[in-house]
Amino acid sequence: MPEPPVRIVTKNFGVKDSHRLGVYEGRGGFRALRKALMMKPADVTAEVKKSNLRGRGGAGFPTGLKWTFVPPGSETVYLVVNADEGEPGTFKDREILRQDPCLLIEGCLCTAWALGCHHVYVYIRGEMYEEARILQAAVDDCYQKGYLGRSVLGVGFQCDVTVHRGAGAYICGEETSLLNSLEGKRGWPRLKPPFPAVKGLFGQPTIVNNVETLANIPAIVENGGEWYAKLGMGRSGGTRVLCVSGHVQRPGVYELRMGIPMREVIDEVCGGVRDGRRPRCVIPGGSSMPPLDESELDVPVEFDALMTDARIKDVEVAPGVKFDVGGGKPLKTMAGSGAVVVLDDRTDLVAACARLMRFYAHESCGQCTPCREGTGWLARVCTRLADGHGRKGDSALLASIAHGIAGNTICPLGDAAAWPMLGFLTKFRADFLAKEPQ
Amino acid sequence: MPLELSQQARQRIAAVRARYPEAQAACLPALWIAQEELGYVPDEAVALVARELGLSAAHVFGVVTFYTMYLRQQPGKFLIQLCTNVSCWANGAYDLLAHLEERLGIKRGETTRDGMFTLLEVECLAACGQAPMMLVNDTYHYDLTRDKVNALLDELRVKGTGHA
Ligand SMILES: Cc1cc2nc3c(=O)[nH]c(=O)nc-3n(C[C@H](O)[C@H](O)[C@H](O)COP(=O)(O)O)c2cc1C
Ligand code: SF4
Ligand code: FES
Repeated sequence: MPEPPVRIVTKNFGVKDSHRLGVYEGRGGFRALRKALMMKPADVTAEVKKSNLRGRGGAGFPTGLKWTFVPPGSETVYLVVNADEGEPGTFKDREILRQDPCLLIEGCLCTAWALGCHHVYVYIRGEMYEEARILQAAVDDCYQKGYLGRSVLGVGFQCDVTVHRGAGAYICGEETSLLNSLEGKRGWPRLKPPFPAVKGLFGQPTIVNNVETLANIPAIVENGGEWYAKLGMGRSGGTRVLCVSGHVQRPGVYELRMGIPMREVIDEVCGGVRDGRRPRCVIPGGSSMPPLDESELDVPVEFDALMTDARIKDVEVAPGVKFDVGGGKPLKTMAGSGAVVVLDDRTDLVAACARLMRFYAHESCGQCTPCREGTGWLARVCTRLADGHGRKGDSALLASIAHGIAGNTICPLGDAAAWPMLGFLTKFRADFLAKEPQ
Repeated sequence: MPLELSQQARQRIAAVRARYPEAQAACLPALWIAQEELGYVPDEAVALVARELGLSAAHVFGVVTFYTMYLRQQPGKFLIQLCTNVSCWANGAYDLLAHLEERLGIKRGETTRDGMFTLLEVECLAACGQAPMMLVNDTYHYDLTRDKVNALLDELRVKGTGHA
């Protein structure tokens, strides 16, 4: 198996009792925090900007740039950790929480210092009972040892961490919905602007970052932004953590070089597809991203490449008609959450797509009509087609429903349903047409 | 006797409340505490949580019904949540769901008559690398097969009767 250039986020994975503070300290833990506290907060942010770290929660937004959106001179700033991991196929944050909660805490502390934040809230998925216990135990130990509390490491910087459990709602992974949920409301997404960095939790400037994003911060502080940027490819710094599942021989969480070709991930890292089959459909970044077909697997797994590489077909709304994501830009796919789902050549892809559409219909919060009604229709029509009760023209109907949702909703969940629907139709149209009555 | 929260639960709610600048933010944690104590969140519990935090019952009711993990009815002793999303789906989750329904003699969404098991079909639980999987109360079970599920059900049944 090819080794990554370096392990940052998973460096303590597999080490005995890696979740314990003592073990973490013994492996160099909190060196970065000590260094950060000696730096000016703005210099920490500058290193993160230089590092080309991009958000690992799904959107790939440059982390350092996001931090600079907090209005200067803000009195109260919050850092909120998105540990709601619910995008189908994604299982890396849960592994970080289980195996290296102290790395996350150190990342939070360095970030809080940079932002002038004194209270970090970790919004953790409700189903992760065990992970919440592990994280809470690590937080308690950090308070005990003086890494958290009134005066972090005795330098007079106050920082608290509160673990806040969600209660079952995929939509709460969307950052503004998450903030409403954290405030004790229904998890309905908010209209943007204002963006959370300006007006977020309790009306104060708030940075929401993903677990894995924050787990990268200590290494950036310790080794410098330039070092981190050099590990990466183009405008994407660092390594890439992928969680691979589906029909591969060796599913799992792997930290790999940024830009590794998808085919290498499947064939070399994961030992290929089981039973000697071929990969037919590969979801590259969580179920909300259009899938790749077998001819598209040589592309590098990197944020920009997956959006622009010429080898990836443009998603269409009808044969020959490109889908426009805005300003005439075509949709290819996205690196998303790093969730790679590999489906082999025996898979009923219409049924797979129908299962995903039922997910979105179930998880729509119901605030906007195109999403609430549209996802319901996508689920029903796609399911009837998959079950052999389809009608003539259902494939075209699915495309037009998806097209009607995309771009017309408050939050991106509408797109998250529409994009893969159109992607499956573009790349596997024959499968859908074959299910229509002749 | 009207439903009350224990002294301990009320203290826990007060402690949690102190972590936030606004009482409303303690709503989800307080509901969790109530559910841990009562096993579910009936209407009376909604009112109690509202009272503890000084919120309107209508607000707390809106919250309880938005989230899927607050149970409005007493579940079985063992709450089985089987994931059938894409990676689990690709690894035989629906076959397992049918098997569970048959073994338990109930459909998804139902509770066995002896109050032992409740079976739910749920979305991705972030353990797709060990599919198919399910959550039983607060424990994940991975790489499931029919045999593994059978053995687990037998074990749970013994455990459940033992403590009855
Ligand atoms: C429907 C939906 C679900 C999301 N779920 C998650 C999630 O579970 N975890 C996460 O980190 N980000 C999720 N996001 C992305 C967040 O809105 C946000 O972009 C992210 O937490 C920012 O952190 P990052 O910049 O570090 O990636 C979701 C977005 C949408 C639209
Ligand atoms: S797009 Fe869907 S999930 Fe998002 S706010 Fe609208 S209805 Fe809710
Ligand atoms: S698809 Fe079942 S755990 Fe993710």
